[in-house]
Amino acid sequence: MNLDEALGIHAQALVWRARRMEVLASNLANAETPGYKARDLDFRAALAAARGAGGVQLAVRHPRHLRPAGSLAPVLRYRIPAQPALDGNTVDPDLEKAAFAENVVRYQASLRFVSGKIKGLLRAIKGE
Amino acid sequence: MSLFRVFDIAGSGMVAESVRLNTVASNLANAGTVAASEREAYRARMPVFRAVLEEAQAVARVRVAGIVEDRRPVEREYRPGHPLADADGYVWRTNVNVIEQMAEMIAASRAYQTNVDVLGTVRQLLAATLRIGE
Repeated sequence: MNLDEALGIHAQALVWRARRMEVLASNLANAETPGYKARDLDFRAALAAARGAGGVQLAVRHPRHLRPAGSLAPVLRYRIPAQPALDGNTVDPDLEKAAFAENVVRYQASLRFVSGKIKGLLRAIKGE
Repeated sequence: MSLFRVFDIAGSGMVAESVRLNTVASNLANAGTVAASEREAYRARMPVFRAVLEEAQAVARVRVAGIVEDRRPVEREYRPGHPLADADGYVWRTNVNVIEQMAEMIAASRAYQTNVDVLGTVRQLLAATLRIGE
């Protein structure tokens, strides 16, 4: 058993949530920038790929064939604006703030899970 | 760790919004000034924001690309007793629209506040991440 497996998907989820935080912070910082298009990460595809469902696997017939490991990245997509501004900006600050708050809670949840797993491992190591 | 980059992004937003607040303050302070000629009259200033895309265009900081002057014409006012009045007795007022500037001020302060909130939240999350497994 290696540590990555022990932590499950939660360690990866933390990285993705941090990444999404960055994208949402970009949207909020550029809320008044003319021509800026709001973006967000699509987690559904990433999660499906991580679970192996719907993910496309490459056929490996030779030991030196590459196995792409970094294909689990969430996809960056443009948000569909409800009311785009005249200057071409598509950021809706309220929507972005809500998404940011949601992302924070989910980050904290993943953090709690990872923390719990580590605590469990430590208890097992100490033999308590 | 990409959470650290949020400091950069939100910080750039705060800098940009504070430049905007500064131009608003300058415009409001000069709302009542008059000048001796059309060329010397104060014109409202406003910053132009530009997104700085980074790293395969995934995240973007914001930057003030420049400060532009309002191109709307300045008004002439007949005030023969004014020390700055020209030979015909006219002075030139600014083209600052106080109501517009107040709205601009509220929008800028809200946007600044949002960036501060983002910064504070991410700071707390980083602190929680440092305490992982405790």
